[in-house]
This record gives sequence, C-alpha cells and structure tokens, in this order.
Amino acid sequence: MKFGVVIFPGSNCDEDVIYVLEHIMGQEVVRLWHKDHDLQGVDFIILPGGFSFGDYLRSGAIARFSPLMQEVIQFAGKGGYVMGICNGFQILTEAGLLPGALLHNSNRKFICHNVYLKTETNNSLITSGLDLQKPLMIPIAHGEGNYFADADVLKGLQDNDQILFRYCDEAGNITQDSNINGSLVNIAGICNSTRNVFGMMPHPERAADSILANQDGLGIFESILKTVNA
Amino acid sequence: MQLTTVETAKDLGLLPEEFDRIKEILGRTPNFTELSIFSVMWSEHCSYKNSITWLKTLPKDGPRMLAKAGEENAGMVDLGDGVACVFKIESHNHPSALEPYQGAATGVGGINRDIFTMGARPIAQLNSLRFGNLDSERNKWLLKGVVKGIGDYGNAFGIPTVGGELFFDDCYTINPLVNAMSAGIVESGGTVSATSYGVGNPVYIVGSSTGKDGIHGAAFASKNITEDSVNDLPSVQVGDPFQEKLLLEATLEVIRTGAVIGMQDMGAAGIICSNSEMSAKGEHGMRVDLDKVPVRQENMKPFEILLSESQERMLIVVEKGREKEVEAVFEKWDLNCVEIGQVTDTKRLEYYMDGELVADVPADDLVLGGGAPVYKREFREPAYYKENQKFSIDDVKEPENLVAVAEHLVSHPNIASKRWVSEQYDSMVGTATMTTNKPSDAAVVNIKGTDKAIALTVDCNSRYVYADPQKGCAIAVAEAARNITCAGGEPVAITNCLNFGNPYVPEVYWQFVGAIKGMGEACTKFETPVTGGNVSFYNQSSDEGPVFPTPTIGMLGVLDDVKTFMTSDFKAEGDLIYLVGESVNDIASSQYLASFHNITACPAPYFDLEKEYAMHQVIKQLISQNLISSAHDVSDGGLYIALLESSMPNGLGFSIESDDDIRKDAFLFGEAQGRVVVSVKPENQGAFIELLATSDTELSLLGSVTAGQLSVDEESFGDVKESWAIYNNVLHGILGA
Repeated sequence: MKFGVVIFPGSNCDEDVIYVLEHIMGQEVVRLWHKDHDLQGVDFIILPGGFSFGDYLRSGAIARFSPLMQEVIQFAGKGGYVMGICNGFQILTEAGLLPGALLHNSNRKFICHNVYLKTETNNSLITSGLDLQKPLMIPIAHGEGNYFADADVLKGLQDNDQILFRYCDEAGNITQDSNINGSLVNIAGICNSTRNVFGMMPHPERAADSILANQDGLGIFESILKTVNA
Repeated sequence: MQLTTVETAKDLGLLPEEFDRIKEILGRTPNFTELSIFSVMWSEHCSYKNSITWLKTLPKDGPRMLAKAGEENAGMVDLGDGVACVFKIESHNHPSALEPYQGAATGVGGINRDIFTMGARPIAQLNSLRFGNLDSERNKWLLKGVVKGIGDYGNAFGIPTVGGELFFDDCYTINPLVNAMSAGIVESGGTVSATSYGVGNPVYIVGSSTGKDGIHGAAFASKNITEDSVNDLPSVQVGDPFQEKLLLEATLEVIRTGAVIGMQDMGAAGIICSNSEMSAKGEHGMRVDLDKVPVRQENMKPFEILLSESQERMLIVVEKGREKEVEAVFEKWDLNCVEIGQVTDTKRLEYYMDGELVADVPADDLVLGGGAPVYKREFREPAYYKENQKFSIDDVKEPENLVAVAEHLVSHPNIASKRWVSEQYDSMVGTATMTTNKPSDAAVVNIKGTDKAIALTVDCNSRYVYADPQKGCAIAVAEAARNITCAGGEPVAITNCLNFGNPYVPEVYWQFVGAIKGMGEACTKFETPVTGGNVSFYNQSSDEGPVFPTPTIGMLGVLDDVKTFMTSDFKAEGDLIYLVGESVNDIASSQYLASFHNITACPAPYFDLEKEYAMHQVIKQLISQNLISSAHDVSDGGLYIALLESSMPNGLGFSIESDDDIRKDAFLFGEAQGRVVVSVKPENQGAFIELLATSDTELSLLGSVTAGQLSVDEESFGDVKESWAIYNNVLHGILGA
C-alpha cells in the first residue's frame, strides 16, 4: 500500500508518522510537499500533526489553501482515503472534509498527556480491527482539540455511526473527568459520512514503537492495512 | 560622521579605559556606529571579560570532544558509529524578568539556533527555571508567562521538551532565572563551522527581516535590574517559532548542498556579532552593504541594523559560483535570502549605507580571544560563609511528629510534582523520548536508526552553592552524573549556565570563583569536559541583592545500547529496597531544614567526591549485570522523598527501618550526597550482595516494597494513593487548572 504524508511548512509530526509506516509497518511512503499538485498515485493520504503556517490564525485555517489541498479534496471526493492527526484533523475541518471545529482546550492551555480512548465502532477503515472493550492509551499534544459541532451535526455523527473515538478513563468509562480538553460528548475522533475521511486529535504514531513502551496505537495502522489488503 | 566622547561611551555601558583602548585600536575617535559595535561586542554577554580568566581553568579536553569550549557555537561530542551530539545551555534571565512570555520564548529559539547552525538537528530540549515564592501574584504571573513562552515556542518548533527543573526561593523574586538547553544529533560530515574565508565569497543574511527589537539586548543583559529597567523593554526580542522551524529545515537542507563555507546564527548583538566572530575565526574581513539587509521598519539607522537582535536569522558565507543552489533552498521555504556583502582579505569589517562607509573596525579586536578586554576581578570571602560553618545538627530539635514533616515536604512546591509545567510542553514529538512511559532520573532519548540513546539532565541545588560555592557546584556536577548513571548512561560532557550577581561585588565574585573551582574538580573526576555554555552576571537588584549563585549543570550521557536503560520506579511488591552509599547524620542545606525549621545559615550537605565516584561505578555494574530493578538517587527532600518517588508510578509503597546511629529526621529527610535507592528482586539478592562486597561502597538493607502502605519502623506514613494525590496537585492548587 502506498501512503502519502503531506508536509506543510510547520508540520512537525510528519517524520514520526513516516517512521511508523516505513519502519514498523513496512509500507511505501512518499512525502507530498504542500506546494505541489501531484499526489504521486498514493492510496492513502495522511495529514500529520504540527503547527502548519504557525497556526497563528486558527489552527489549519491557512493550510487548507495550500495548492496540494485542492488535490486532496478532489481525492477525498472520489472516495480516496484521507486521515488527519491532530493538526491534520484541524486542517480537515477547516477544509470542510470533516464536520465540526476544534476549539481551544477548555483550560486554555496546551496539554501533552497520555489519555484513554474508547473505540466507538468497528465500522471504519481505521477502527476495524480494534477491540471495543479495551481502552487505548494514546497521547494528545495540542492547544486546540476541544471538538465542537452544532446539534444537527452531532445528531448526524451519532445517527451515522461517525464517532470513532471518545475520551474515557482507564476502565473505559466515558466521564467528565476524562474529557481532557472539553470536547463535545468526549469526541476524540470522527469520520465523514462516506467513511473515507478520518480525523483524530490523539497521536497513534506516538504509541506504535516498542522502544516507547506503548504500542496501543499500532492497532489503528494495522486496521488500515488489514482491511485494504483483505 | 559624528564623533563620540567618553560620556557617550559610558552611556553605552563602556568604561573610560575601554573608550581609550578603542581609540588606540582605531587610531582615531570612533563614530557612534563604531562605538555601539564595541559596546555590544565588549559587553559581558559577548566578551566574557569578567569570567574568561576563570573559565579557562575548567577541563575541556576529552577523547570524545569534536568541538571544544569556545571553538564553535556549541560543544560537539562523538557518540561513536559516526554520530555526534551538539548541546548547549543558555540563559534568558533578564528579558524574562521584564517580559516573561517573549523572554522565555526567544531563549528557546536562541539555544536551538546554536545547535542547528552547526548542522545538527535538535532532538531534545530541557529547561531550568527559578522563581520567587508562589505566594506572590507577580511570581505566579512570571511563572505562567515563562512556561507558556517556552511551550508555545518549543511546541510549534516541534522538538520535545524532555526534562528540567523548577525551584522557588525568595532570592529569585526580582531576578527569575530562565535557562534553556538543547541537544541535537549530526552525522559525521554534516557539520558546518562558524567561519568565513575566501576572498570574494558572498555573504548572505537569511530568515526573518531585521527590526528594531532587541537593540542593545546584550548590553542590557550586562546590567543590574532596577526600576529603570522598564525603559529597556525594546531590548526584549519577539519570537516566531514558525520562522524558526522553516529556518531549521532550510538550514539543514542548505548544508547538504555543500556550498556553505560557514554559518552562524544571529542572537546576542545580531549581525555585528556573527560578522566579527566568523571573520575573526576565518582570519578574513567583510564588506557589507547595510541597505541590502531586509528590514521591517523604515529609516533604520546603521547601528540599529547592526545591533538588532531580531530572531530567526542566520548569516551564511557561500562558495562563489554556487549562489543559485543556496537561493533555491530558501525560495522553497519562503524565507529571505539576500546577499549583503562579500568576504575580503582586510581582516576588517567595513559597513556601507547607501554607498557611504559608516563603520570600519578590525574584526579580531572585537571578539573574545582577540582584542576584547579581559579582567581579573577582586574577590573576597563573605562574612556569612564562616557563620554557616558553625551550624550543628544538635542545635536543631528533632520534631516528634515526622509524619507531619513528610507531609510538609510532599506538599512543598520545590518537592511536589512539576506536571503543571511539564504537561504544557510537548515532550513526545519525535517519538524517541523513552522516558515518556518509564520514569528515570535523566531524560533518555533514542537516536533513531541506532541502538544508542542520549541521557540528559539539568541540575543545580543553588541553596548548596550559596552555602558553599565550591562544594555546592561540585555537588551539582555529581548529582547530574548520578542521574545519568541511574538512567543507565555513561556521563560524557557538560554545558553550564552560570547565573550570578554583579561581578564587581567582591563577595559575589568569590561565589563565582568558588563555583568554578568546584565544577573543575568534579568534572575532572567524572571525566566530563566542559563544552561551553553561558555566563549570566548581574542577576541582582537593589531590593534583594544577588540571587543564590546558580551554576546550572546540563549533562550529556550516552547509552551505547538502549538495553542498559534503567528506570526509577519500584516494580513489584516484595522486592528488596537497598540504599547504596553512606548514611550520614546530616541535615545541612536540606529542604527540610530550610522550610520546616526555617534555618538557612548552614554549610552544604555532606559530600565526598571520591566516594561518590566509586558509588557510581557500582551502580553501572549493577545495571549492566541486571541485578537491580530500579535506581533512584537521593536528592531534594532526602531518602523519604526518594522512596516515595519510586513508589508512586506503580501505586506501590515501602516498609523500611531506620538506622539507630543516625537521627531519624536526618535519616529520612537529610540530603547527604552520594546515595542511591535501588530495588532488587529476591532471587537476585545473593548476586547483588556479592557484587557490593567486592567494592568499598557502603550498603544497607532498608526494607521491602509493599502493596501501597508507607511505613518507617512500623509507624504508618499513610498510603501511597494519599501522598500521590497531594504530590500531584500542589502546583495546580496554587496556579489553577
């Protein structure tokens, strides 16, 4: 499977996700420069974490205008797989590929912390192989990860089974205390209605290497490969 | 050109004799631009004029050294297998005292540029912060601003902040200390030097435009902080981490073209500093057209362009004929890349503005090691030092309720968890931080693509250094080495950040001299050369005098194989707990004595350099032979806090017995040096004791790991969960969520 990782000026988790795809999953990865128009025939596009264009306006608000994003939007429109992690998720909401918005964390501070995630559904490419009963410990690192959407959008997400991950406690209970950034109904990750565009604030690439003593994120990458290769 | 007088020189912070020396060098009276150049280059910050005599006594050689102290922007150490580490620590105290957010942010920016200007990609950052007590709203404001500044800059720049220290004492109320450290990795052949040569080679300025921010910043950092310091606000620079990130990528990319002769970042003293230091090193001159420098503001004067400390800029000397390759890289990253001059053979720096010569100075006379002045300052032992030696533990009544002492320490901001700070920093980007999910005494960061890791720590207990500068600073080095050793690493080299008061005060200079002597002794013993760093004098105000002498030690260690990585947490109930090292009847300079008894007149804690070193060798053997399950050094808060810190990560506890020969408060809360708490699986006990028997290092069995109860001599000190709840939330309680 050929992955493309988009590099915006200010991306800083690009090499981390490339490392996991290449060295741990053994996949082919190409780096897609934001100024280009060529997707180089990739099967799956990842928008990595970071601070694209410094995120001085709203996170992701400038990156959506990068030349390559026109191609990404077309690619997604034709059913191509696109996944945004952290800043990538923010860019996807700004680009209109995913509903809702990521607001400032409720404590107004940047938070870098391991959190627990409850997988809400197996009905998506990136969650297909995950155990719904076993919470995943995956870190977050963001200042604007507080997911918000209006009531209609939320109802749509719920009705269509588009909520992929929610913040929970160590035992898997969805609680107020575990809602680390104040997200609407603890939402940590979603997909679009056609189930080919995914966004999540936590960083699975930071929990995929045995040397880091946490491989809870590996199942997400394995789900992608298992389903696509099957 | 307007000529200057000795009054102008004094206004710019120069001494009358320095003005005379400048006239001698030039053979004429300098104009204002030239005088400004000398004033910043001969400021304490750039010239080290009051410290260099003593700094030269420090050990700087070692088999691993690739760039020694004073040779480049940062020290470079060979890690083997064609990989080197470039690392350095630097202060941003004065700007942070006035504008904590930008002051701290630009400190992070500056130290990282020192690393990547040499071709190394930063992989880890640390910081060492000191503030006045948190009962003051202003101190809370300073702390919040500094932490946000470091976080916003470092997080966006995208390099993990993996460790640090935070300490509170009244002496830092007006002069907080903000020291930032960075470490980067470079493959052999990928480095570039801060030099300039080759007549006719073009000189480029790249990165951000030049504005009026930070003019005379280096001179500002060379004065006491007073009420008038608010007028120095324009001396504080403004940071842009996005530009820094672009500059990092572009810089490393341009080095790969092979077209770069030399490169230096622009930090303190801006263009003039990089021009003069590179030219002096390469023994050439430069002709620069200042009107070609991209500027943010109109009508900037020559001295403003030369001295501006606008951030995120680099000076690059390029091989003639290869300009296009260099320009293409910066074009890709949308950064300025403008040829502003050429290398000459005159060894002089000639600055033109609109075709007119505005300054003409010899490069070598501006720089450290060249013509910059060097002073030997007077020093005198302060009266308090002898008084301190009169302290006796017998004058301090042992409290009846030691559980209350334990609670006091656990809830003290100097002891409690610093997670309020550390969670605002991205500590995981780069996916190499091995200490994210495993606690250890030093931060351990894997070098991807190898079996190696680096171990990093910053340490200085300034209360010890105040009590006894020489011993206190040796302790700082020893504690750093102990932390590296407990993490499974081999101490390799240090960088230092020397924060002191006014060097013209003999008692302050005595502290400086003592600290340097202690550092030299300890670094010689541990074979950790001093690779450079920075000196920050004038951390002194009219209200509260000088800060505690604070020579922060940033130590680099290496794990040749990540398998030797050692953690500090107890692993299983029933494991045996031993103290490796000597128990001493000592409470001097402990947090316990300072904040529970409010006694500050005392010597530094017990310390024996030879025994300390020998103990570290034992710990290394225990780790390499897989005989221990955890190792954690005894430092602030003493043995009790060390045991608690080992207990909390896995919700375990301890049951120990004290030593009849030692007062129980000293046993639990004393801060005698040279001790490490280890836990041992019962099946390893025999081999463990056998190994210790072959050494001279003392060993005592303390007790064993429990399911969560904390007890000393069968007296309950509560449950680990209760202590954890307090320890974990002290700073949140004071500073809010």
